Amino acid sequence: MEQVIVNSLILGMNYALIALGLTLIFAIMNVLNFAHGQMYVLGGFITYYALQVLHLPFVVGLVASVVVLVLVGLLSERLLFRRAIRVSTREESTMLLAAGLALLLESLILLFFGEKQRGMPPIISGVYQVFGVYIPAGRAFVFAIALASLIGFVTFMQFTRPGRALRAIAQDKEVTALQGVNINRYGALGFGLGAGLTGLAGSLLATIFAVNSGLGTAVSIKAFIMVMLGGAGVVSGAIAGAFVLGFLESFGYAYMPGSVTYMLIFAGMIIFLVFRPQGIMGKPWG
Amino acid sequence: MSSVAKGTRRGVGAPNRAVSIRIVLGVFLIVYLIVLPSYFAESRYILRVITTASVLSFISLGVWLTFTIGRINIGQGAFALIGGYATAILSTKFGVSFWVCLPLSGLIAGLTGIIFGLGILRLKGVYFAMITLSLTEAVRLGFLSGGDFTGGAPGISNIPLPDELGLFGITLIPDFGKVDTHIAFYYLAAVLLILGLAVIWRISSSRLGWIFKSLQQDEELSRSVGINVARYRVMAYAICCFYGGIGGAFFTVSQQSIYPSVFGVLDSLFFILYCFLGGLAFVAGPIVGAFLLFILFELLHEFQQYQQLIYSLLMISIMLWLPNGLLSLRLPAAFWRSRNIRD
Repeated sequence: MEQVIVNSLILGMNYALIALGLTLIFAIMNVLNFAHGQMYVLGGFITYYALQVLHLPFVVGLVASVVVLVLVGLLSERLLFRRAIRVSTREESTMLLAAGLALLLESLILLFFGEKQRGMPPIISGVYQVFGVYIPAGRAFVFAIALASLIGFVTFMQFTRPGRALRAIAQDKEVTALQGVNINRYGALGFGLGAGLTGLAGSLLATIFAVNSGLGTAVSIKAFIMVMLGGAGVVSGAIAGAFVLGFLESFGYAYMPGSVTYMLIFAGMIIFLVFRPQGIMGKPWG
Repeated sequence: MSSVAKGTRRGVGAPNRAVSIRIVLGVFLIVYLIVLPSYFAESRYILRVITTASVLSFISLGVWLTFTIGRINIGQGAFALIGGYATAILSTKFGVSFWVCLPLSGLIAGLTGIIFGLGILRLKGVYFAMITLSLTEAVRLGFLSGGDFTGGAPGISNIPLPDELGLFGITLIPDFGKVDTHIAFYYLAAVLLILGLAVIWRISSSRLGWIFKSLQQDEELSRSVGINVARYRVMAYAICCFYGGIGGAFFTVSQQSIYPSVFGVLDSLFFILYCFLGGLAFVAGPIVGAFLLFILFELLHEFQQYQQLIYSLLMISIMLWLPNGLLSLRLPAAFWRSRNIRD
């Protein structure tokens, strides 16, 4: 029982990074990033490649994952989404563009890294024992980094100038533009940051669970669940949704077969959203 | 100004246009029903590609209808799966004839759509998109963990081919096992598509279609002029699910098997993509999109591992340079013509 709670916390902390990335991109650009899961997988594979093929230290792999994903985010905003938002008459087209990007990333990952499931040994070996609960040191390490990044991100959003600009854009794009904020530049920043966060999560979780090229859609769907449960476009909601999913998943997997767990999660979520469509923290919309 | 020009043009050219549309439609029908099947009678692969594209178009027509009420429906795969399993279970476990299973599958999918729709249609925009996407996954997992009833991961196989359908001793439709199966399925798909298109076209040009379009523009405003918004949006969604169910039943019988991953999230997304490529403003949009993209995908088959890569690049290019669909391409031409008339 205690073991399951600890697992849920570790899982929830990393899920929070994924959900925050998705919710940030959604809030800033009004784009539902279908490629989010594939970005996560890419982050995982880069870390795997750096560690297992090039035999570099973990820090290098982690930084490489984040840097590459930030670049992918910046490039896709600049080359794809900015134009699509401008030329299209309907908002759905950015969603399909993101789905196209997801397919593209997935086939590129498949070409470069192959279709095999790739795992790696834990970063730190050893096990801590706290109050009779066993915590592998590798997982504790991942938890610590995820927690630090989460605190760093929230601090950035709350107390810095760019963070304030991003929050303002999320509230009202046009009024923010009137105040002299460069919407395009901050849109790119938001996209890069969101992609970087999910790359970070991919890099960290790849050391616990293995990655494979087909994982992307499942991760995207998990990210959607978290964002919907918490409330789309709300930072606190993304974190809440992530921990709720982390707990549900860990407890479900501990006591039930995997497919039943997710079916129940889906069913529960649909019923929950019927009664509270804006999620836990979200604001009601018209 | 342009509306005036358009008005005069329509006033002068309306009879001509109606006649030319009828001729084009007739040519299409002849090619589709007579030329194509007789020309490709020997090459089963091509026949199967056209058959599949027809049924994919049919399913996408339903998705197109939910677009007219302003909802992005990524859940069509779920209803194709429900229809497919309905046919599979009814025909293998209860021995029901395919010709009863087919409409029944559509009805079951439609009823399920009503039940889900009552709840989830309260959501809008991306939220509706996300929840229907989750629905696709939920239904897939449901069938996966359905035990003996749904057959788990391997699903249900050995589904019988459509049997003879007769009335008063006269054979209306022959037993599919006794004739050329590929041709038989080709015609079944063709009839489905033509009927499906006719119904959707009729709906979209009737009062019902205008009500749906008003929901797309502003639900509050529609409500204020006395439209029962909740009822009509559930109606549109149920019709969409009915199409999904019928399409799923067709694929189940033509493959003679079904398993939970036949229709997934990607398929649901592709149905939307077909609508988009063809153009959301046109009833024929999903058909144009489905045929083009599906045949293209088959043509890329030679490139093996690069198939998906090229396909995704095409998808991205479409969204970047043709965001309003292929059929919108004629709009500039019409614009130039109207300007010439004005000059």
